[in-house]
Parts: sequence; structure tokens; C-alpha cells
Amino acid sequence: MNGRDAILGRIRNVLNATDAEDDPRRVAATARLDFPPRGVIPARGQLGLDGRVKLFKKMAEGAAATVEKVTSSADVPKRLAAYLRKHNLGAKVRMGGDKRLRAMPWAEERTLQVSIGPSDGSDEVAVSHALAGIAESGTLALVSGRDNPTTLNLLPEHHIVVVNAAEITGDMETMLDMLRDSFGKGAMPRTVNFVTGPSRSADIEQTLLLGAHGPRALHIIIVGK
Amino acid sequence: MTQAASPAPRVGLFVTCLVDLFRPSVGFAAVKLMEDAGCVVDAPAAQTCCGQPAYNSGDRDDTRAIAEATIEAFEEFDYVVAPSGSCAGMLKKHYPGLFKGDEAWEARARTFSDKVHELISFLTDVLGVTQVPAKAAGKVTYHDSCSGLRELGIHDQPRKLVASVKGLKLTEMADADVCCGFGGTFCVKYGEISNAIVEEKAANIAGSGADMLLASDLGCLMNMAGKLKRQGSNIEVRHVAEVLAGMTDQPPIGGK
Amino acid sequence: MQITSPTFKANAHEALHDAQLQRALGNVRSGFIGKRAKAVDALPEFEELRDNAKTIKDHVLEHLDIYLEAYEKKVEDAGGKVHWAESAAEARGIILDICRMNNARTVTKGKSMLTEEIELNDFLEASGIQPIETDLGEYIIQLRGEHPSHIIAPAVHLNKDQVESDFRRVHTDFPKDRDLTEPEQLLSEARQVLRQKYFDADVGITGANFLIAETGTSIIVTNEGNGDLTQTLPRVHIVLASIEKVVPTLDDAAQILRVLARSATGQEMSVYTTLSTGPKRASDPDGPDEYHVILLDNGRSSMLGTEFQDALRCIRCGACMNHCPVYHAVGGHAYGWVYPGPIGAVLTPSLVGVDKAGHLPNASTFCGRCEAVCPMRIPLPKMMRHWREKEFERGLNPAVARYGLKFWLWFAKRPRLYRLTTYLAMPVMGLFGGRKRRYRFLPFAGGWVRHRDLPAPEGRTFMQQWRDRDTLKQDAHA
Repeated sequence: MNGRDAILGRIRNVLNATDAEDDPRRVAATARLDFPPRGVIPARGQLGLDGRVKLFKKMAEGAAATVEKVTSSADVPKRLAAYLRKHNLGAKVRMGGDKRLRAMPWAEERTLQVSIGPSDGSDEVAVSHALAGIAESGTLALVSGRDNPTTLNLLPEHHIVVVNAAEITGDMETMLDMLRDSFGKGAMPRTVNFVTGPSRSADIEQTLLLGAHGPRALHIIIVGK
Repeated sequence: MTQAASPAPRVGLFVTCLVDLFRPSVGFAAVKLMEDAGCVVDAPAAQTCCGQPAYNSGDRDDTRAIAEATIEAFEEFDYVVAPSGSCAGMLKKHYPGLFKGDEAWEARARTFSDKVHELISFLTDVLGVTQVPAKAAGKVTYHDSCSGLRELGIHDQPRKLVASVKGLKLTEMADADVCCGFGGTFCVKYGEISNAIVEEKAANIAGSGADMLLASDLGCLMNMAGKLKRQGSNIEVRHVAEVLAGMTDQPPIGGK
Repeated sequence: MQITSPTFKANAHEALHDAQLQRALGNVRSGFIGKRAKAVDALPEFEELRDNAKTIKDHVLEHLDIYLEAYEKKVEDAGGKVHWAESAAEARGIILDICRMNNARTVTKGKSMLTEEIELNDFLEASGIQPIETDLGEYIIQLRGEHPSHIIAPAVHLNKDQVESDFRRVHTDFPKDRDLTEPEQLLSEARQVLRQKYFDADVGITGANFLIAETGTSIIVTNEGNGDLTQTLPRVHIVLASIEKVVPTLDDAAQILRVLARSATGQEMSVYTTLSTGPKRASDPDGPDEYHVILLDNGRSSMLGTEFQDALRCIRCGACMNHCPVYHAVGGHAYGWVYPGPIGAVLTPSLVGVDKAGHLPNASTFCGRCEAVCPMRIPLPKMMRHWREKEFERGLNPAVARYGLKFWLWFAKRPRLYRLTTYLAMPVMGLFGGRKRRYRFLPFAGGWVRHRDLPAPEGRTFMQQWRDRDTLKQDAHA
């Protein structure tokens, strides 16, 4: 008997499992998988768009991210260049092929070099576009792929993430529905990163320090009216 | 003499073995507090120990034997009250589970457990006592015994009654809700660890600036008093019932 | 690792006299408790979420076979491979096979208590493969040849000067006169050292906080981003997870995530919650080419249907040890195996045998603080008591305790004799207390009087005096 059969056999034995299709256990489990029940949803995120954006900003800042708002995606390159200057960073960023990012007027920032592709660890600053933000915890949802390679989320020192105000959900579950709508029920991209603030560690004497292995700084630009 | 609207509640005092043997004055303070609140109190002679030492040592059979005797001894009363959160927790929360599978006894145990209360919670939550006429002087700090706090939800009740004692000022210690390290047989089986925990507690008691320590469990009180006295502290240690009943003639636990 | 749980008492003695350790343990008390309380207070739905989290895991355990099969199918649909391991040895064997097939020389590791449980590092090293821990705390203790003393803060037993001396010993490429006195400098150096290791590694091994049956996804939760780099950069990603980590849906994981970070570190959310599903796709410019999941049992299925089943709800947040006065006093290593603190006191006897781990469920005051904070509402004291019952049934507890108890119970079950004996004994004992009303020495009470005085009894017992009062009353009525 292989390990699989032995383990499942022991479990099934304890649980008095049967192979019958109408075994109430099987029916209950299948129903749960097909129609995931909503659990307890914190009231704090159940707000209108403005309220969600405000809460998202507050929570992300609480997790040591910096946040700014722009009214148009056309403003992003300018703000990003200002961020680089403010932090004495080179005028060089790495990003994926996300159409929303590519459509921004990067050429207007003459000195800014934008390169496209995943990170090999040599980039100081990366730019990503989030699938969504989650207001209840100030969390970004980033999806892997050519548009926004996962290495950009983790390797650079500074990570700048653009998120549309209209895509900031009140709670995690609404964002999960966005994932299901984008990729199909039961399917997922290779990686989804939920990111709440910059990387940190408290492993030395419980002293909280930013920038453990991932970015030392997370800057979020919310686009929306 | 006119008949009261409802007859006085008949309370069986489960005095607890520690109070019975080491500090009877706590038992009499409990009786006074309940009689003042209009109860008729008796302490049935057939009681001994609640069985917790056996229960926590994994000895189910002996625990059950003791539980049966205790339930029988108190069946005639409206209420069963113990001046200890730990023993009351044992009687109230753990007795029914001892009889799982024995329907008749389980039902009997449930009826019994429903009647059980810790003393201070009985006075406040059941009898509605909000103040006591006692007087005292000084600054007191209150230690929450674990079972009372976490099994029975006793936290505000003793503080409210202590606050009603004229002349007393309540000053909270840090980590009042953290264990004192007594833990029944734990304190002798793992004496060194128990000592580390009670040292921490003693530091918090001293740090509160109080000159008297109160709690509702004699086990914890003897442990904390024992540590404080070994350290040469002159903080007085008493069961909260003694102060609430105004019965502080006895020297404090572990002496002055 | 060698199990030292049988010598718990001696371990504890050593820990209590280790000044470095005692200083470090102060960080547990100051670091976790207040932060958790604040995060819990900030979320009014926290208690309701705990209830639901418990309900979800109970549901999982009642349907475990079905969800594991559903999960397996989804992983395979996504191009991943699922392996089943009954024992630690089987899991190690599977990992070695995967490493060998890929000619792996170095392996990076995300933080995983389960790899501690199967003693993976020693095994890989013995097989000529170098494992590199990437979580800062795990990295530090790997340099020291130690094991984690806490399930989420593995190096919480250390102080920064100890870390400094280890870094100076091992990181010989750095200038000798560099300043390493601040934690920030230590972190920065570790970041530099480890960054290259991620790129060099052939295989990345992580644990999993959740496995999602709905999608075949594995989820890890980290703050450093180390686990995320571990599962992104190497060519092969291996997930080692125990069978009870499966939950039905993403929504179910979301419910439990809300109690996990708050209970663990007092964060609203950990920094990185990373969901991985299969190897990289054609459209992915990064990510691993191979994705393996090892589902490990190692004794867990034998806990199903027993009084210890509830422990399988554990999500390894560490709140129980963060709030445990015994853990605060002696730290994690004294427990002598992988899982310390209250959850260790329940799991260790289940996984290695109560004959070896009997001290652990006994070394508790039953203060109940662990259960009060456990996000999954695991009745830890009750389960420790179950272990004491098993020990008692098998006569494993020490003879002195056993006879002492029997002696007491013999009286407790005979009220008349109990009365008579105590009537006689207590006044005598009271006299010995002297004017101070306490004893400094007392035969047969060494465990007590070694550390504290024993308050003396007042004299005559309550029951004795009560009988007098009754008699007086009756006389008055007569």
C-alpha cells in the first residue's frame, strides 16, 4: 500500500467514510467548494468608494507604507520621478508589461529610464500595478505574469505600486471574487502576493526593522478622482 | 413576624479544604457576608475536598468518587458557594464531564453545577450586593486568580465591592491577570519554575505600592504570602472576604 | 533532533539560571502580549472570527479525506505534483529524490516548523546538500547549530550581542572593524549574505500555512519576504505541509488569516501573504519550473477521532506560548522537542509518545491563559489533563506524587476520618507556626519551603468551629 492510500485509509476509517456519491459528508464538502460560504466580514471596510480609499490609506500607512493620491494615471510618472528625487534614488525604474503602466506618459520625464521585464536583483526601484487594494487592512493584491513579474515585488529596495481607487475593495473576500472573475472559479495565477507594507523582521530582540529580505520601502500611488 | 416575599435562600458553604484547614476565618467571613445578604448558611459535615488534586493528576476514578460524595452532601441546598474560584470552577465547570455516559449521574451533576457559585460572584451577580459596610485603611491591590477569572469570568465584581469599603484605595498591579505560579501540585512538582513565576508576581505586587494584597483563592494567597514573607516584605496578605466582612482580627496570611 | 523532553526539569533548572536567556525572555513578555491585545481590541468581530475559524477547521477535520483529494486534483490540474508521506523518513526521502533529480547542491528554506519536525537540515547535509535557512531568526540559529525556541520567533532566546559574535565568526568576508552593535546593522549584513544564496539555490523549500482545496493553492505568511523569494527564484519549489493544513476555500483561508497575524504578532495582516498555484506558466517570466507538494501525516491521522483531535486546528501562531507563564520562565528549548509551550505540551506526547514527553503536560499551572488567547479555541489545559490521565492509567507519573495523592484521597473519601484527623492535626500544626504564623522549614514540604514560607494554619479547623457554633445555636434554642 502506498502512502496516499494508507493516509487516506486511516482518515476514512476514523470518519466512517463511504464511497457513495450521496454520502452527506461528500455532499457537504462539494457544496462548500462550489459555493464558498461568506464568513464574518469586518464592518470597518463596508464603506463607499471614498471611505474605502481613506481606510486603505490609513491602514497601509499603519503598516509603514507611504501613500499618495493622484487624480489621473497620467500624473503617475511625474509623482514617481518626484519620489525618486526625494529619496536620492537614481532615475531608473523596472516594470512589467502592464498595459495600464505602459500607457502612462513616461517620455515626459526625460531623465527617467524605464526598462521592462522581471528583476534579476540589480534594480533599485520597481513599479507594479496592483490587481486590487483591500481597505480593511491596507493590503495590495499583486498577480504574477508578464504584466507584473513577481520578482519586482520582492527584489528591489523600493517598490512603487499603482492601484486604481475603484479597485480598492472593502474586504478580502470581495477581492477574492475579483480573482475568481479574472481567472475563473477554481483557477489561479501562479502567484498572488498580498502585500501589506514593506518587508520587516523583529527576529533580533523583538526590535522591528524594515527591509529584511524584500523592499525596504513600499510606496503606493492611488489613481482616481 | 411577617413572612418574607420569598423564603431566604438556603446556601451550602463548600468551605474548601485549604480554608477548612489553614484559614477558617475566611469561611466565617464568607458566612457573615452571605448571612448579611439574607441567606441561611450551613456547611454540611460530609464535605472534604473538591477532588481537583486528583482530577489534575489524571485520576478520574477517585475524582468521580469524591464528586459523587460532594454532590450528595449538597443536594438539599438552593445554592452551593465556595470562597475560591478554583474550587468553584471545579464544581461548576468540571463535575458534569466526569459522568459522561452515565445519564442519571450526569443530570444530577448538572443540577448541582448550576447551583454552584464563587463567593464574590454569588454576592454580586446572584444576590445583587453592590456595597459592604466594612471599614479599613490603606492601599490594596487585587490579584485575579486564574480559575475565577478565566473559568468563571470574575474580574470587576471583587473590585467593585472592595471599592465600597470605606478607607480603602485600590491600586492595580501590573499583570494582575497573570498566574501566581501556584497551580496546585505544580508548585511542589515544579517548585523552581513556580518560584520564578511567583517572584515575578511578588515584584508586581511590590511595584503597585499597595500595603495589602487581596485575592479570592487561598492557594494563590498562601503562595504569594509565602514568597512575600520569605523576601521580608511587610505587605499584608488577606482573602478578600475577610476585608469585605470587616473580619480582620486574625493576623494576615503568613503573619505580619 | 535529540529529544530532551524527559529531562525537562533539568532543562528548566538550567534555563532559570541562564542570565542571557532570562534577559532575552523579557522580550517575549514585552513584545507580543500588548500588541496582540491592541490588534484584537481594534477589530470588533474578532471573537466571532475565532468562532468561525474554529468551525471551519472542525469541518475540515470531519471531511479531511475529501478535501485532501480535491486539493490534490487541483494541484495536478495546475501542473504541480503531490507526494504523500506517512512518516518523517518518507518525507525526507521524497525531498532527497527531488533534489537529486535536479542535481541540487544548495537548498534555500523558508521558515518551516515541519522541516524541524522531520529533521530535514541534518539529513540534507548528510546527503551532501547544503540547506540554507533564510528567515533571519532561523538563519541565526542555524549558524549556532541550535533549534528554534519559539514557533514564530525562532531566535527569541538570543540577545543581539550573541548574534553579533556569530556573524563575526561566520561572515569573514566583511571588514573586521565594522560596527555591528545595532540590530539594524545585523539585519543589513544578513540581507547581503542571503541575497546571493537565493539566486544560487537549486531548490526552494517552504512550509504552508494553508492549502486551498478549491484551487490547489499553497499559502505562506511571512514578514521578511524570505519565503517568497525562496519559492520564486529557484528552479524547483517544494512545499512541505502536514495534512491538516488543508482548508476548503480561499474564503475560509481569509477568515483564518484575520485571526492569525493578530494572534501572532499583533499585526492586522502579515506583510506577505503569498499564494502559489503550480509551477510557472508559459506567460510567467519568473517563478519555478517545478512545483511539488509533500503531504505529511507523521502521526496526525492517528489523532483524528481522539480527545486530541482539537489540537489539529492549530495554525501555529504562537499566542499560547507568548502568554504562558511557564514558557516565560524557561523559554522554548527546555521543552526538549520541536514545539514548545502549551501547544507543544499537547503535540509532543502525541507525536513522540507520552513516555518521553510526560513532563510537558504536567508542567502547567492550568492558568488557562493559552486557551483564552488561542485563535482556534483549542482547549489546551483540557488536553494536557487528558495526557495526565493517560499517564496515570499507565502508572507513568512519579511514585512520590502518586502515593502522596493516594494518601490524601484516602482521607478525602472518608469524611469522618478526615474530620477526626484534621481536628487533631491542625491545632498542633498551627502551634508550630509560632508568633510569625509561618514556617521556613517543614519536613515533606521541601518543594514549597525551599522557595517560600508556608503560612501556618490558624489552629482549629473551620468544620470544628462550625460544629461548635451549631451546638451553641441549638443550645440557645433549647
